[in-house]
Amino acid sequence: MGQTIAEKILSAHAGKTVKPGELIISKIDAVMVQDGTGPLAVSEFEKLNKTKLFNPERTILFIDHAAPSPRKELSNSHIVLRNFAKKYGAVLSESGEGVCHQRLIESFINPGEVLLGADSHTCTSGALGAFATGVGSTDIAVVMALGKTWLKVPSTYKIILEGSFPKGVYAKDLILYLIGLIGADGATYKALEFTGSGAKKLTMAERFTISNMAVEAGSKAGLFETDEKTLEYLKENGRGDKFKEIKADVDAKYEKIININLNELKPTISCPHTVDNTKTIDEMEKIEIDQVYIGTCTNGRIEDLRIAAEILRGKKVKKSVRLIVSPASRKVFLQALEEGLIKTFVEAGAAIVTSGCGACVGVHAGILGDGEVCLATQNRNFKGRMGNTEGFIYLSSPATAAYSAIKGYIADVREVL
Amino acid sequence: MELKGKAFKFGDDISTDHIAPGRLFHLRSNLPELAKHVLEDADSEFASKMKKGDFVVAGNNFGLGSSREHAPQIIKIAGVGAVLAKSFARIFYRNAINIGLLLIECDTDKIDAGDELSIDIKEGYVKNITKNITIPITPLPDVMIKLLKEGGLIEHIKLHGDFDLV
Repeated sequence: MGQTIAEKILSAHAGKTVKPGELIISKIDAVMVQDGTGPLAVSEFEKLNKTKLFNPERTILFIDHAAPSPRKELSNSHIVLRNFAKKYGAVLSESGEGVCHQRLIESFINPGEVLLGADSHTCTSGALGAFATGVGSTDIAVVMALGKTWLKVPSTYKIILEGSFPKGVYAKDLILYLIGLIGADGATYKALEFTGSGAKKLTMAERFTISNMAVEAGSKAGLFETDEKTLEYLKENGRGDKFKEIKADVDAKYEKIININLNELKPTISCPHTVDNTKTIDEMEKIEIDQVYIGTCTNGRIEDLRIAAEILRGKKVKKSVRLIVSPASRKVFLQALEEGLIKTFVEAGAAIVTSGCGACVGVHAGILGDGEVCLATQNRNFKGRMGNTEGFIYLSSPATAAYSAIKGYIADVREVL
Repeated sequence: MELKGKAFKFGDDISTDHIAPGRLFHLRSNLPELAKHVLEDADSEFASKMKKGDFVVAGNNFGLGSSREHAPQIIKIAGVGAVLAKSFARIFYRNAINIGLLLIECDTDKIDAGDELSIDIKEGYVKNITKNITIPITPLPDVMIKLLKEGGLIEHIKLHGDFDLV
């Protein structure tokens, strides 16, 4: 019987042919924590009385959620991670190097691998044809020690994309549309597999945005098959030799098939306080905004910054709006500097902040005030997400965010394209 | 094992940001302190009003969002007897079992705020004492029962030296 991408990768890691619903012990190729979840993983690891990590070269600790540290308690958590990395020879990604998921796709994860991360958006690496999923700190502690974990093999929803995006519509609009369609728990425990002629046309940056948000529908993984674009991406990042063909069998069994015609999509907005509370821009009333946030593991890549800069070039952000831009990694930041995008943002009136998670996780660098409204390119708009339960968060593409920053309200970017 | 306590009612889609908000990120290194704020952004009075053994009762998709294990940790540390919901988000579910917090999947529409409940895990039902009705529990998967019985994942690994689940 044919297998889906998830079933194929997990079969290779369980050493046998696996079926949906089956409980397996899977080898884990790489494991990560960040500064929010890492210290707890470290203390749980220590309870296991192990003297070494199973695979130190592929145990990666990221300082990105509170980077640079805004308070002493978090500075002390960072010390815990630095000491652990030094003691056990794990890899440390410091303040300013970037958001974990961006760093993982740039430098660490390859097609066909299984990545377990103590962060829910670990699913981002699914765009590289890797089975990547988020778990908690205790699970990670055990993987750090044993190099394996238990998993239930998920059944798969096949998302068939046809056509191409109309003007003003991007990968973010597609994934928001899908989450609105199936709901925040519409794919709980399932793997999503994106395929079809529309999926083949997507750039890697677009695929990362889509995989990143798979968890917002409850999914365990958001997977793409690998192709020449995957190969090109790996080559650009010095890992061309790691390419592997990953694709589902033609007779693979899917629990559900969802067809989406990209031509029919419109700019889409998630409204407070759940990601599945979506509206097309045509359905939106006029919502005035206080802050616009462009960045994060969802939409802080160079391609996103180019789109935003194109709209902001020679324009000024509305006086009543604060625009905050955070390139997703140091690599993206450098590229944006080289291309003059940072100059464009600063000239338009933006504040540029360190590559990291910052305001998206409500820790620092863009916390909302009472009653304030933010339009953000991030992946979550839960109540309190940006540090204040009295704030209101809307989610959109970088293009909609950039244009809205100029207008002062959530606006239809198709007007200027 | 019989558990008894009062129901504190919450709605659908209670996220880990409601349970352990990002604005208290710096308290993650001090779980007893963070536990004083448990579920604060869903019900600001919950932590001060609940008594040891009381129950969190919610709708669909409880615990969605971040992978932060601090969320189930502080519910447990606060002394909550169990979380009852119509459904749970995947990562929260796994985290809760790994650290030994009991989750009960059942029809929570039959429970109102303040109802007295008792839970019989072995027989598989929740008794709503106030309403004098019995609500069946969706049985936990075997792997979860084993992990809970052994005191969570770390204890399981210490006991067996490896996974002993499959």
